[in-house]
Amino acid sequence: MKVLVPVKRVVDFNVKVRVKADNSGVDLANVKMALNPFCEIAVEEAVRLKEKGTATEVVVVTVGSSAAQEQLRTALALGADRAILVESADELNSLAVAKLLNAVVEKEQPQLVILGKQAIDSDNNQTGQMLGALTGYAQGTFASKVIVAGDKVNVTREIDGGLQTVALNLPAIVTTDLRLNEPRYASLPNIMKAKKKPLDVITPDALGVSTASTVKTLKVEAPAARQAGIKVKSVAELVEKLKNEAKVI
Amino acid sequence: MAILVVAEHTNAALAAATLNTVTAAQKIGGDIHVLVAGAGAGAAAEAAAKIAGVSKVLVADNAAYAHQLPENVAPLIAELGKGYSHVLAAATSNGKNILPRVAALLDVDQISEIIAVESADTFKRPIYAGNAIATVQSSAAVKVITVRTTGFDVAAAEGGSASIEAVGTITNAGKSAFVGEELAKSDRPELTAAKIVVSGGRGMQNGDNFKHLYSLADKLGAGVGASRAAVDAGFVPNDMQVGQTGKIVAPQLYIAVGISGAIQHLAGMKDSKVIVAINKDEEAPIFQVADYGLVADLFEAVPELEGLV
Repeated sequence: MKVLVPVKRVVDFNVKVRVKADNSGVDLANVKMALNPFCEIAVEEAVRLKEKGTATEVVVVTVGSSAAQEQLRTALALGADRAILVESADELNSLAVAKLLNAVVEKEQPQLVILGKQAIDSDNNQTGQMLGALTGYAQGTFASKVIVAGDKVNVTREIDGGLQTVALNLPAIVTTDLRLNEPRYASLPNIMKAKKKPLDVITPDALGVSTASTVKTLKVEAPAARQAGIKVKSVAELVEKLKNEAKVI
Repeated sequence: MAILVVAEHTNAALAAATLNTVTAAQKIGGDIHVLVAGAGAGAAAEAAAKIAGVSKVLVADNAAYAHQLPENVAPLIAELGKGYSHVLAAATSNGKNILPRVAALLDVDQISEIIAVESADTFKRPIYAGNAIATVQSSAAVKVITVRTTGFDVAAAEGGSASIEAVGTITNAGKSAFVGEELAKSDRPELTAAKIVVSGGRGMQNGDNFKHLYSLADKLGAGVGASRAAVDAGFVPNDMQVGQTGKIVAPQLYIAVGISGAIQHLAGMKDSKVIVAINKDEEAPIFQVADYGLVADLFEAVPELEGLV
């Protein structure tokens, strides 16, 4: 079984981004970039499926600038077999990315596609579900457990009230939540080995996909700042403030 | 121009999130129709018909829609959605699961988690864990949008008298099946609707210690949440997580106990009206957003607080 893992290069989760002075976006110059945390969990899950003998090949793919090769190499160091970069300098919306991934799915014919549920930059939480619509595959989003059994995959999903389990026909789409697994660290020998693994670069044009969008960003602003509060000395003072000043209890 | 609001419901009852979504639809302006897709969802449909400002309720009642499987529900919404200017759903786990699939079927982009309506085609939404707010404009024929419920007040649940119309279309893709669910049972208010939320973090040390928070919450009539650290450590279940990728809450009072305040957690609660932080580390970043900070051992402070409120 072949597993395809789409990943994204994003700002490192520890970085607190700042909005540019001209309100055109956030300032990403000289900011540390990384593999999106949910994508890291997706790679880990695919690699574990391979280690269990369920998967035969793990292919990672990203849509992004040539700098995203760095994140593909990270995924290869974590155990993926080969990588594909769909090179696009434009900042693409989820639908365009899903269309490009759909073209890659048609070419690669994976039985399972595992993606992160959300990228921590745009916070959209869309691509996996959109890919589900375009491929016509069933989707198991926000997965905390994935069990492949025969021609089905059982996915336990984190939902608002607790957990839900669904059985999906393969091929299927899975998007990862935080509790699915704890990703490993890449070892130095694996980082060296990853440099020699195949990495193909293709263009959106070669895939015959139009990446036009119906949404444009007019401006990006900093959120309203909270006024600094005060430190209280005791629980009694806290209760007094909540009752008489804030009037919330 | 008419707007289709996809109802969030349990078949037996309409969820409050639907009321916030109707308010967002009212801000956009136009005729508001509500779709209730479910199985045995008559009660939810009747509740939807009573929401002030709703003119029509569409009911798609079929076993295929019982568990909101996106493979079955998304084609239904997309088919109906073609006749509307906007399709809205609450950004709940259910709305997030289904609506992007609808958008792709309609070949339009989706706008996720709007917090404000600027005009019928322009919306505000948080990005980068709420560290930036983007204003986005859509030229799509059908604007597919999820609504962050904390950004909009609830619409009046009574006062409307919409017509109820059955939808004939049944879409059953036959690609997925519901196996089971484990839902947390709690008498406490639901996190996203609670007026007061008490949350615990890594400082709680273990799941058993959350009993201090449950006891305080019961005295205050509050919901109980947790930071990602507490959920990952297995102290409490995932549905209690407050944060960038968990639940987004904005209660009147948020009490953060033993939570350091990572930006991902702040993204889920910093729109609360009043924030209280109790932490023994006076350098904890949570104090930077807290209206009232108390540097103390939580195991002494929480029982004392419970005694005084």
